[in-house]
Amino acid sequence: MNGGHDLGGMHGLGPIDPEPEAEEPVFHAEWERRAFALNLASGFLGKWNIDQGRYARERQHPADYLRNSYYENWLAGLETLLVESGLVTAEELATGLPAGKAEGLRVLLADKVEGALAKGGPATMDIPMAARFSVGDKIRVVNINPTSHTRAPRYARGKIGTVELDHGVHIFADRSAEGLKEGQHLYSVAFGAATLWGDGANRRDTVRIDLWEPHLEPVE
Amino acid sequence: MSHSHDHDHTDPPSELELRVKALESLLVEKGLVDPAALDVLIDTYEHKVGPRNGAKVVAKAWSDPAYKAWLMEDATEAIASLGFTGRQGEHMKVVENTPECHNVVVCTLCSCYPWPVLGLPPVWYKAAPYRSRVVADPRGVLGEFGTELPEEVEVRVWDSTAEMRYLVLPQRPDGTEGWTAEQLETLVTRNAMIGVETAKSPAEADAG
Repeated sequence: MNGGHDLGGMHGLGPIDPEPEAEEPVFHAEWERRAFALNLASGFLGKWNIDQGRYARERQHPADYLRNSYYENWLAGLETLLVESGLVTAEELATGLPAGKAEGLRVLLADKVEGALAKGGPATMDIPMAARFSVGDKIRVVNINPTSHTRAPRYARGKIGTVELDHGVHIFADRSAEGLKEGQHLYSVAFGAATLWGDGANRRDTVRIDLWEPHLEPVE
Repeated sequence: MSHSHDHDHTDPPSELELRVKALESLLVEKGLVDPAALDVLIDTYEHKVGPRNGAKVVAKAWSDPAYKAWLMEDATEAIASLGFTGRQGEHMKVVENTPECHNVVVCTLCSCYPWPVLGLPPVWYKAAPYRSRVVADPRGVLGEFGTELPEEVEVRVWDSTAEMRYLVLPQRPDGTEGWTAEQLETLVTRNAMIGVETAKSPAEADAG
């Protein structure tokens, strides 16, 4: 979707203004710690995947997405996911009062955290699949504007680039956000800065974007 | 460096604190989360996983050519050999800075970042100014970190739009011949491994 999250090339958002590295804490408030951990722990219930998690955050009003701090966006996304997955009702969320206990779920327990984090969630799929593109091929990013989730950023659509790496078959995020597990070749594609941004860009500079096969079409 | 804006990480309105507390209570009472697991998750990323992991990877690559070759060929396995694995680092790629090419990493669509080697991302990495600008004006953004690159150096921006996670291997600073991996580690900053800065020189490290 063309939401408030798709920021590449947007203007007017201000300076970077980084906190000095040595002084920046991991969390800036206790509520951030809790919002972070609630997101991870709830995610381990297995009711949504990482792409559905992203899509939940993206569907906020763009003004809200941009005004919110990072963990506020995580919190908003989590509330959406909890209700949509049926783990919590809208009324429970509004009142804070549980209408009943959850049953039959595998809750992440403290002694299982380390193992669960170490295991991670690999995105590759071990399936034989011929690659449509080879390293060195010229491609154009398809001009798509779905209202559903996509990882093809707006600033690359319609632009011509060169395939630089084939990362193998990965779960295709655009379908994964709909709950489907579809494998597609994932490529690192190089775009000249001038191709993306015009003649003012440094002609040596490039941007590498990871794009799945359905995002690309051959260029004659 | 001045630090003025306050919308990303000041004390929240109490309404927000209460909203998080209410949600935690609800999820605990419904039996959906274990509060002790929340504490372990927080402790892990606040105290155990962080950019010192990545610094060990970089220092080993600087001091051990066979390890560096492995790291460039199969970063996931080479990094796992040092014990750094798992969530948000399942598929790693290391990109090497050279006199001809400087790499910098972003996620324009969200906040993808290699957690096992760098920990959780800093606020600026997740915030709109960096995500919007570094792909379109990388030299301007690097300049805001005090990093100036010659015109003839290619700036290569990696937009982490999938589940590949990128770690920049900075150039080894001059004047470090004969240094041990432990000494070299002290020169490797988080920002250098994102690519917005270079590694510290021995003089900068001495100055703290």
